[in-house]
Amino acid sequence: MADRFDDATQKELQAFLEREQAQARVQQSIHTFTSMCWDKCITSTPSTRFSRGEESCLANCVERFLDTSLFMVKRIESQRQGA
Amino acid sequence: MSSIFGGSGSSSTDAAPPKDLNARKEAVMASVRNELALANAQELINKTNDKCFAKCVTKPSTSLSSSEETCLSRCFDRYMEAFNIISHTYAARLTKERLEGQV
Repeated sequence: MADRFDDATQKELQAFLEREQAQARVQQSIHTFTSMCWDKCITSTPSTRFSRGEESCLANCVERFLDTSLFMVKRIESQRQGA
Repeated sequence: MSSIFGGSGSSSTDAAPPKDLNARKEAVMASVRNELALANAQELINKTNDKCFAKCVTKPSTSLSSSEETCLSRCFDRYMEAFNIISHTYAARLTKERLEGQV
């Protein structure tokens, strides 16, 4: 048990860990978005199904949040160039 | 090392070193996947607990009423549904942006 993995296996494990970490970051973002958009879109008492408005609000919420983050990056860039 | 009699656990203990190494590698990978799945489930439980408690138990009394319980189970189902909607939307967006980035 004490002997180490050979180089090829270590490389493979490292690649595996990087993939899993990337996946975990995506998962974490989904948790954050769900929490944020739930608060924004679901204002009534939960019923047996979403209303049309709630469902599209959830999808729009993610899309617009990502747009916002792109917008802010552009805004900061243009401000740096103007200075 | 177990013999042919102790066939309960893994089946690769009688293998040559390369195979043993492979089994250890697989074990490491499986435990990483397990940990991540556990963390994910825990996060989901914490979030549904917070969100649904806030929505359904507005005036805590000596026990959960049946209407509160109904609300909690609906809320849980809706939160999972929201999680799925958002995960699909986000995945589609990531794919789209990756494709656009390549052009």
